[in-house]
Amino acid sequence: MAYLDHAATTPMLDVALEAYVATAREVGNASALHGAGRQARRRVEESRERVAAALGARPAEVIFTGGGTESDNLAVKGIFWARRSADRRRTRVVSSAVEHHAVLDAVDWLAAQEEAEVSWLPVDALGRVSPQQLRAELAAAADQVAVITTMWASNEVGTVQPVAELAAVAAEHGVPLHTDAIQAVGQVAVDFAASGVSALTVTGHKLGGPAGVGALVLARDVAVTPLLHGGGQERDVRSGTLDTAGIVAFAVALETAVRHQQEYAARVAALRDDLVTRVRQAVPEAVLNGDPDDRLPGNAHFSFPGCAGDALLLLLDAQGIACSTGSACSAGVAQPSHVLLAMGADSARAGSSLRFTLGHTSTPEEVDALIAALPEAVDRARRAGSLSASR
Amino acid sequence: MLGFGGGGRGGYARPGTTAVPDGVGKVVGVRVLAAMSGGVDSAVAAARAAEAGHDVTGVHLALARNPQTYRTGARGCCTLEDSRDARRAADVLGIPFYVWDMAERFQADVVDDFVAEYAAGRTPNPCLRCNEKIKFAAVLDRAVALGFDAVVTGHHARLGADGLLRRSVDLAKDQSYVLGVLTREQLSRSMFPLGDSTKTQVRAEATRRGLAVADKPDSHDICFVADGDTRGFLAQRLGAAPGDVVDGDTGEVVGRHTGAYAYTVGQRRGLHLDRPAPDGRPRYVLSITPKTNTVTVGPAEALAVSQVQARRPVWIGGPRPADPVECEVQLRAHGDVVPATVAVTGDGLRAELHQPVRGVAAGQAIVAYRPDPAGDIVLGSATIAA
Repeated sequence: MAYLDHAATTPMLDVALEAYVATAREVGNASALHGAGRQARRRVEESRERVAAALGARPAEVIFTGGGTESDNLAVKGIFWARRSADRRRTRVVSSAVEHHAVLDAVDWLAAQEEAEVSWLPVDALGRVSPQQLRAELAAAADQVAVITTMWASNEVGTVQPVAELAAVAAEHGVPLHTDAIQAVGQVAVDFAASGVSALTVTGHKLGGPAGVGALVLARDVAVTPLLHGGGQERDVRSGTLDTAGIVAFAVALETAVRHQQEYAARVAALRDDLVTRVRQAVPEAVLNGDPDDRLPGNAHFSFPGCAGDALLLLLDAQGIACSTGSACSAGVAQPSHVLLAMGADSARAGSSLRFTLGHTSTPEEVDALIAALPEAVDRARRAGSLSASR
Repeated sequence: MLGFGGGGRGGYARPGTTAVPDGVGKVVGVRVLAAMSGGVDSAVAAARAAEAGHDVTGVHLALARNPQTYRTGARGCCTLEDSRDARRAADVLGIPFYVWDMAERFQADVVDDFVAEYAAGRTPNPCLRCNEKIKFAAVLDRAVALGFDAVVTGHHARLGADGLLRRSVDLAKDQSYVLGVLTREQLSRSMFPLGDSTKTQVRAEATRRGLAVADKPDSHDICFVADGDTRGFLAQRLGAAPGDVVDGDTGEVVGRHTGAYAYTVGQRRGLHLDRPAPDGRPRYVLSITPKTNTVTVGPAEALAVSQVQARRPVWIGGPRPADPVECEVQLRAHGDVVPATVAVTGDGLRAELHQPVRGVAAGQAIVAYRPDPAGDIVLGSATIAA
């Protein structure tokens, strides 16, 4: 099998798996006051320090959550609610047109349920958000903006955003900027303090940890209203019994991924570049989407004109090659990618896309397998595509 | 034909190809796409195809843009729950599974057609149209382009190695009527593995195979009419169009209706007549005339029809007959079967019914069968014009 869908989820690192199993054997609620509880709490706090150190944050800035979607929701809704409560004029949200649905739909929800006014920053053809656009947006009415949320790197097309520049613009106006860095941590250098962002989302299963655990790194001066109320864990921001084993494994994975990031990125980017070159040789009409230079090392995202992405996926799947159409599914049906549409693609091009993402277990043999299967798959998918187009 | 019937569940042969025996007499290696609705029939059909040695891929057709708007519960074939049931059946069978978005085609070719047919005073059969335009057209064409040899469905009908379409052994569940519109070309790439089994046997087999849908109720009614209220569904789309209800004998106006499209020939209930018939006997819809927006009613005996004109004939049981054929005809799903003489007329056909039939509605299909001890054979079909 060729697993080319690491951006969806990547295998757990052995060290993380071992740490998980070892911790899961221990009993103790991290909030309990006895010895077993203190032991669990110690593991959580050590993990918090590891995550903080790896991300250039302070331990007190790390809030463990149930994963990326929760962190994004907590940041977007929580900061919006807190800032609007402090000042009723702050009813605006600024975001980008290429966010993951965990941000996109949270922002849409604020618009629908909380009467938030939303400014969607456009992107260029490579999927980049422009700091100038943000500056223009804030120049108009910065005092009405509750929160800015714009991702670090695109889960679909792999484009890495100028996050530090965006954060600097936000800072000029004193507006907190949240960034979804789920795809970035372990892939590119991520330093919370140096980036200047106020909040940052990270999750375990994209970097070799378990699914269902992540963190929101939140600057100490940024107030947030909780989504979950209860026992008051995590600075009263995120109630719920701490998943000690999950947190330990997440921290080990994150620390390992960040420590090896440079050599990982060099190795995987070389493999990815080989994949891109050979896809283009095999299918000359294929179009690489996203920024050719500032992109995640493991991401290759193509449009195959005349093909339906889901047909290609089926045909490659039958050959044991796992990849993704890259866009969100509704009841199993891939929807046209809002990211590609925002980048100026028409719906035909958006629907003809396929994402191949490499990771820490990727091998040249997997790329070989893709290249061996791709031409026939494209040929068949094109025949099927011309069929539906002609009706 | 890629059938399971005729020669029994071992006799697979493909036209124009060399069969590849697997050493125990079975033919293997055919790539088939199983259309899986989430019901028990299509799950068992897929299982049988896989067990026969075919390379089976399951596909659930997403027919609604918003699945919640279609029938909920276990009654339809387009809900999220049905999609999950289909996926779980595929898991149990160990076959790949995908959802294909056919919502746009379904809307255009089935739903819009359904509304337009009623607006034109006819009574469409959307299941038949879905087979003709979606399952054995859009889906089959896409499957073939992607390298599949055939589509397998859970329809209750027999398709033998001889290429003939026959009624299921389970006459109560027989679906040859809604497949009668398919062409020979379409049938040559179809498999109906359930034709030799009764529904009871299919359910028992589903239980034996550990398929959770074994006890799922049969689907009924029209999947895209959410609450089963076809009249309300049409009214919403066609708006109110009040007109007269006229007595067929006297020409007298006997009532008013709010839209002629809401009526079907043979309908008795809901006529909203101002006065009873002089003879006090019930009256039925005899015809619908969209041009004058008139619904004509009359006594039961006026419904009786002895001759049917139909258009767009498809001959699948043999060549287009040169001479009139003695056969049996069925004029609606689960309707009575009557002996008839069917003759080709220009681009259509005419059927002389040897006994009159009540409630023959334009827009329905006439399907002609040749009685046969091994299962009545579909000769052909056409759309009833008058």
